[in-house]
Amino acid sequence: MADTSFDLIVIGSGPGGYTTAIRASQLGMKTAIIEREHLGGICLNWGCIPTKALLRSAEIYSNIKHAEAFGFAVEGKVTINTQKVVERSRKVAAQLSGGVKHLMKKNKVTVFDGHGMLNGAGKVKVTKDDKPVADLTAKHIILATGARARSLPGLEPDGKLVWTYKEAMVPPALPKSLLVIGSGAIGIEFASFYRQLGADVTVVEVMDRVLPVEDEEISGLAKKAFEKQGMKIHLGTTVTALKKGIDTVTAVLKDKAGKESEITVERVILAVGIVGNVENIGLESTKVKVEKTHVVTDEYSRTAEPGIYAIGDLTGPPWLAHKAGHEGVICVEKIAGEKDVHPLNVSNIPGCTYCTPQVASVGLTEAAAKAKGYEVRVGRYPFLANGKAIALGEPEGLVKTVFDKKTGELLGAHMIGAEVTELIQGFGIAKTLETTEAELMHAIFPHPTLSEMMHESVLDAYGKALNF
Amino acid sequence: MPIDILMPALSPTMTEGKLAKWHKKEGDEVKAGDIIAEIETDKATMEFEAVDEGKIGKILVAEGAEGVAVNTPIAVLLEEGESASDAKAAPKKAEAPKAEAPKAEEKKAEAPKPAAAPAMKSGASSDGRVFASPLARRMAQQAGIDLKAVQGSGPHGRIVKADVEKAPQGAKAGAAAAPAAAAGKAAAPVASGPGARQLADLLKMPYKLEPLSGMRRTIARRLTESKQTVPHFYLTIDTEIDELLSLRKRLNDKTDAKISVNDFVIRAVALALKKVPTANASYDDSGMMYYEHADISVAVATPNGLITPIIKAAEGKGLTQIASEMKDLAARARDGKLKPEEYQGGTFSISNLGMFGIKQFEAVINPPQGCILAIGAGEQRPIVKNGQIVPATIMTCTLSVDHRAVDGAVGAQFLQAFKGFIDDPLTMLL
Repeated sequence: MADTSFDLIVIGSGPGGYTTAIRASQLGMKTAIIEREHLGGICLNWGCIPTKALLRSAEIYSNIKHAEAFGFAVEGKVTINTQKVVERSRKVAAQLSGGVKHLMKKNKVTVFDGHGMLNGAGKVKVTKDDKPVADLTAKHIILATGARARSLPGLEPDGKLVWTYKEAMVPPALPKSLLVIGSGAIGIEFASFYRQLGADVTVVEVMDRVLPVEDEEISGLAKKAFEKQGMKIHLGTTVTALKKGIDTVTAVLKDKAGKESEITVERVILAVGIVGNVENIGLESTKVKVEKTHVVTDEYSRTAEPGIYAIGDLTGPPWLAHKAGHEGVICVEKIAGEKDVHPLNVSNIPGCTYCTPQVASVGLTEAAAKAKGYEVRVGRYPFLANGKAIALGEPEGLVKTVFDKKTGELLGAHMIGAEVTELIQGFGIAKTLETTEAELMHAIFPHPTLSEMMHESVLDAYGKALNF
Repeated sequence: MPIDILMPALSPTMTEGKLAKWHKKEGDEVKAGDIIAEIETDKATMEFEAVDEGKIGKILVAEGAEGVAVNTPIAVLLEEGESASDAKAAPKKAEAPKAEAPKAEEKKAEAPKPAAAPAMKSGASSDGRVFASPLARRMAQQAGIDLKAVQGSGPHGRIVKADVEKAPQGAKAGAAAAPAAAAGKAAAPVASGPGARQLADLLKMPYKLEPLSGMRRTIARRLTESKQTVPHFYLTIDTEIDELLSLRKRLNDKTDAKISVNDFVIRAVALALKKVPTANASYDDSGMMYYEHADISVAVATPNGLITPIIKAAEGKGLTQIASEMKDLAARARDGKLKPEEYQGGTFSISNLGMFGIKQFEAVINPPQGCILAIGAGEQRPIVKNGQIVPATIMTCTLSVDHRAVDGAVGAQFLQAFKGFIDDPLTMLL
C-alpha cells in the first residue's frame, strides 16, 4: 500500500494545483495530489488549451478564405470537418494532460485518482465512485478544486440545446445560429470561434459594453470589430426565458428600457461567470469561510483553518490559470519559510482573450486609474501605423498605455489586435520591475515587430510618438 | 537537520557586530528563549536568544571576534539524534533539501520572527550601491527620501514602491537639514489626519480650499516628521527682564540701532550655547554632532508661512550687529527674497510670540536641530523676593529638546546660563 502520510496534499490538479505540487516537492516536501477527473484540470482538458486549438482552426479557415489577398487561389469550396476540428482539440488536451502526469512522476508527487475531501484536521479522505481509496494525513492541505460555469434560474444548461463551455468545445456539428449569453472572455471566445466558422452569432450582455473588465476604449473597439464580422451584440440586455423546441431555442430578451423581443437559435451558450467548487470537499467540518461560493483566504492563501489553504479559481477573481499557479507557488514558499516571499500583486496579472481580434491587458484601466485618484497620462498607438501589422494584413487594433502623471508609474496597458496576447507580457515585466516611462522609452524595440507599437504608445503618452 | 545560528541584526542599521560573549558552549542544550550569546554593536550590547531548541553542535565564531557580518553562521544547532559530525555538513545542506528538510524550515517559518532573522534588509549593499526599482527611485526623489535609509523588501532586498511608501519620515535625506522653506519643489504632502476635506464635504460644512503652497507642504511634512520621530521634552524657566528693558532703553537712546528684546534673546542664546556647548547639538545615526558655531535660526512669520533666517556665528556678534542683520533678514523674509543659505543650516532655533501677548508655549523642534527656545511675552507679574511681594517684568521661556541629542540636565544648564544673561544683561555686553 502506498504511503498515506505527507507534508503537503493538494486537492485538484488544475494549473494551480499541479504547479503548487511541483513547487512543494522542489522545496523538499513530501507531496501528494488528488484529482477526480483529468490531470491538468479544466484548463488543460476543458478550458484554455483545447479552446486555443479550436480558435487556431478557425483562424486557419479565415486565412484560407482570405488567401486570395495574399496571392493564392483556392480552387473549389473549403469545407469544415467539425469532427476533425474537435478531434484535434481533444488530442492537444490529451497530450498536455499526459505531460502533467509525467511532471508529477518526475517531481515525485504521489497522484491519487479520486475525490478528495477534508476529514478533520490534517486528514483527507479519497474516494472513487463512492468507494474508499485512501485515508491520507498531511500537515498542510491546499484546496485547488477550481470553479464551474454559473447557471441562472430559468437558463439552466441541458447539455443539448443550452450549452456550457464544455459542450461548446465538442460540438457534434456546427450550429447554424447561436446565442451567447455573457460577453466575458469565455463567451466572447466562443462567439468569435463560431462566427469565424460561419455561424450566425448573437451575443447578449447585461453590462453596457462587451468584455466589461477591459478598458472602455478597448471594449468599444472590440464591439466594432465583432459587428464588422457580422456578430449581433445586444448590450444592457438580459435573457429572461429560454423556450426549448425540438432542435431550436427561443430566447426572450429584455433590454434596459424593459422592451422584450424574441430570438430563435439552434444553440445557446451560457457564459455568465463561474462559481467556486466549494461543495463536497469537507469544508463543513472546518473553520474555512466561504463567501459567494469562494473560499476566503489571506494574502498567502491561508484560510481561517490553520493548515488549510486555498488557491486559484476557488478563491475568486481573476479566474485565470496563471494567477492560480502563481498563488500556489507563493503559498508553498511561504509554508516552507522561503525568503523574499511576497503576496501576489493583482495589478500585475495580465489577462488575455483569444477572440479575433485578440484582447490583452494588465493593470488598471484608464477609468479605474482615475477613480483611484491618479492623474493620468494616456498613450495610444494604432495598428494602422505599424509596418509589421500592415505586412501581416492586420491593420486593426490599438495599444493603449496609462501612466501616473506624477511618478511615471505604468498603471496599465490595454491592447486589441493581432497577437497582442503575446505582447502583453512585455508590459507585465515592466510593471513587475516597477519601471517608469523613462526605462520604457530607453528600451530598444526590434524593427519590424508589432512590439514597436508598445514603445510608440509609451512615447505618445508623453507627446513623443515618432511614427504617428 | 542541523540549523545554522546566524549573526543577528539587532537594529535595522546594524551590518556587523562583535561577538562579545558566549553563554553556551559546544554540547550545551538550549531551549527557545535561552540567552546564548551577547552581541555588541556600536550602540549597545544586547543579549541574543535562541529561537529553536537543540544542542550547540559547533561554535563557528569565537568569543571576542569583531566585525562579524550580519547573517554569518556563528554556531550550529543540532536537533535530537544528530551528532556533531552532522554539524559540519550544515551549511551545504541548505542547498540540497532532502525530504526531511522542510520540517526544519517550517519550524523556522512558524516561530515568531526573532530579531535575529530580519525579514527585511536595507537595499544598500556593503559597497554602498542601492538596489531599487526605477519607480522607487523616482518616488523617493520626489518625496526627498534617502534610499540608503530605506529597507528593501523586494527580491534580494531590492527597494520597491511599497517600501518607499512605507518609509519612515526619519528616512528623509540629509537635505532635510534644510529648514522649513527649502520647499519650492513639490514635496510629499502629509496626510492631514482623517480626511478633513472628506469629513467637511460629508457634513456639508462650508469652507474655502486654498491649494497648498510649496512652503505649506514643507512645513506640514517637516513638522509632522519632527513631532513623530523626534522625542521632545520641555523645560520652562522664568526670566526677569526689568534690567534688560532699562538697558535696552539706554542703548537705544544713544544709538540708531533700535535693538529689540529679541536681539537680546538671540545674543543671550548664543552666549549660553558657548557656555554650554553640549546643548548646541544634533543627533545623527552616525554619531553625536556638536556644532562649533551658534547659528541661530529665528522664526519669522510671513504671509505664506513660517521661515527661519539665520544669524550665523551669533556668539561673535554684538547686539547692534545682530539687530541690523535681523532687521534686514526679517524684511527680506517677508518679501520672500531670502537666499537658501540664509535660512538653511541653523544649529538652534528661537521662536518668539511675546509680541502677541502669549505667556508661554512649546515649539516644535526644527530637525535636525536639537533645541528650539519658545519666548513668551514680558509682562509685569507679582513675584516674591526676600519674603516681599514685588512687581517684576517676567518673560517665560520654554526650551523644546530632542532627547536623543540633549539630556535634561544639559538642557537645564543651558537655560540657567541663558537666564543668567537675560537677568543680568550687562554680562552680555562683555
